[in-house]
Amino acid sequence: MSAVENPRQISGEVLLNVEDISLSFGGVKAIRGVSFNILKGEIRAIIGPNGAGKTSMLNVINGFYHPQEGKITYKGETRSKMRSHVAAKQGIARTFQNVALFKGMSTLDNLMTGRLLKQREGILQQTVDMLLHAVYLGPAKRQEVVERKVVEEIIDFLEIEAIRKTPVGRLPYGLQKRVELGRAIAMEPELLLLDEPMAGMNLEEKGDMSRFIIDLNDQYGTTIALIEHDMGVVMDLSDRVVVLNYGEKIADGTPNEVSANQDVIDAYLGVS
Amino acid sequence: MLYRETGQFKTSYSADQAIFPIFQDRMFILGWLIVAFIAVPLMASEYWFQIILIPFLVFSLATLGLNILVGYCGQISLGTGGFMAVGAFSAYKLATNVPELNIIFVILISGLITALVGILFGLPSLRIKGFYLAVATLAAQFFLIWMFNKFGWFVNYSPSGSIAIPPMEIFGVMVTSAKADPVARYYLALGFTVVLALLAKNLVRGPTGRAWMAIRDMDIAAEIIGIKPLATKLKAFAVSSFFIGVAGALYFSAWSGTAESDAFDINLSFNILFMVIIGGLGSVVGSFMGAAFIVLLPIFLTNLFVGELGFSALTAKHLEITIFGALIIFFLAVEPHGLARMWQVTKEKLRIWPFPH
Repeated sequence: MSAVENPRQISGEVLLNVEDISLSFGGVKAIRGVSFNILKGEIRAIIGPNGAGKTSMLNVINGFYHPQEGKITYKGETRSKMRSHVAAKQGIARTFQNVALFKGMSTLDNLMTGRLLKQREGILQQTVDMLLHAVYLGPAKRQEVVERKVVEEIIDFLEIEAIRKTPVGRLPYGLQKRVELGRAIAMEPELLLLDEPMAGMNLEEKGDMSRFIIDLNDQYGTTIALIEHDMGVVMDLSDRVVVLNYGEKIADGTPNEVSANQDVIDAYLGVS
Repeated sequence: MLYRETGQFKTSYSADQAIFPIFQDRMFILGWLIVAFIAVPLMASEYWFQIILIPFLVFSLATLGLNILVGYCGQISLGTGGFMAVGAFSAYKLATNVPELNIIFVILISGLITALVGILFGLPSLRIKGFYLAVATLAAQFFLIWMFNKFGWFVNYSPSGSIAIPPMEIFGVMVTSAKADPVARYYLALGFTVVLALLAKNLVRGPTGRAWMAIRDMDIAAEIIGIKPLATKLKAFAVSSFFIGVAGALYFSAWSGTAESDAFDINLSFNILFMVIIGGLGSVVGSFMGAAFIVLLPIFLTNLFVGELGFSALTAKHLEITIFGALIIFFLAVEPHGLARMWQVTKEKLRIWPFPH
């Protein structure tokens, strides 16, 4: 990872554009004709009451769900159906609402899995690499040290040095969330999707996590889309907010615009 | 006190990432290698080689192979016996049809053939998981054994249906068939087992192993961070089958010398799965412990019941099966992570010895 020269410059260049996305599961319409965009370098929040389709939206963006209708343009290219490992290769990383770490592995190994997508492609190359790693000589050994250095920088950034070799299954929830963020950072994504990064955290942990998100965006220029229920966090962190309710977009704009929007207030507080 | 990494400071990542970073572990492995390569051949009798040592090595290798698939990649397989048969019959066909080929290459190529067969039967793993995959691999087991029984080509049309390894040499030393010295056959099995075990250890702690464990622990998350599920699973099937194929080839060439397809039936598959479970899923050293336990226990029990207590052979056999079953249940209930976990706990205790905690 290398720090961006001139941080916090939202150029106005669109990184991801979703247009008229509709997704349904049988008769259940999870998302109905939602359009919005994410600009390069911004922190974009997606909010809405439970069941509004926020997580489904993230799943659509990283290729886990395939919408029945609509168009997704990422880095100027309209993409077709794809599997999520292809999205990962193109620079989209994400974390999950309920932590999805590899429980049997150490923190270090979990972060190292984030580096796997930097491996060479192709059956022949993969076989050669596998054999080289089996004898653990020359390029394979050097490669491991290089990857380790990258991962150690992330460990340093997230202040998780002490749990480097602890199996993640034994870590408390707040730290697991942090390790999961680390794994996503290890992928060096251009677009990072965070699904409720602060869920279930106490005030101090929320503060830490907010700091990591801001620093990540600030120092490395990573574009971030996050789903969050803590309105304080959303209002403080994000540049723009999109609000979903029952699968439809009801508002889109800066935090101030959105919080003043009557539809949003109705969706959250109910209408008398 | 005895087992402690205190004072062993690593000043580079490559030192921290060495295969055995802790001094005591290095000495432990070195000690075992000295015992295996020098002490054992000096002391063991032919009985020891034939009944304990060579089968232990062969089964360790097969267990290691299955452990890669089940313990590291989380894909259940009940086709181990069938895959070992592929290794054994490949070795036989190669040894008889291409007699000029060195036995080392015969065994390696047998492993590669088994790897291809493994990849073929691993293809359903993209779509099916868990018990369903176990059933699919069970089909492989029955199909392969049926195939070796059915087609005479595999046994060079021998009327008995059994295969026998021709005498083969390495550097002028006879290493296979009944004519070979048991020590030579032992070294053949030991060489393969030690080299492959070290390769396996490196594989599972490198990127390949991480991808396997990621698929095992949470396959959806693995795909979302960029791991290709099918390629990763097929790699596991290939490597696992290679190990099992080599084990099958050694079973036939270094240990039994003759074999029939029925020797590789479903019971063998289950036995090796037990070795994996008792040894510890996802552990290289556990594979050896599991194999040692299951190879040695029946011998120990037979000696105890027949030799010491004077039971009839039949009663002893029944008791043995009962105890065996009870122990498997005991292990699943008390220590599901197997002997490897017990060893881990022992090491933790040794770290703080003589203090309790």
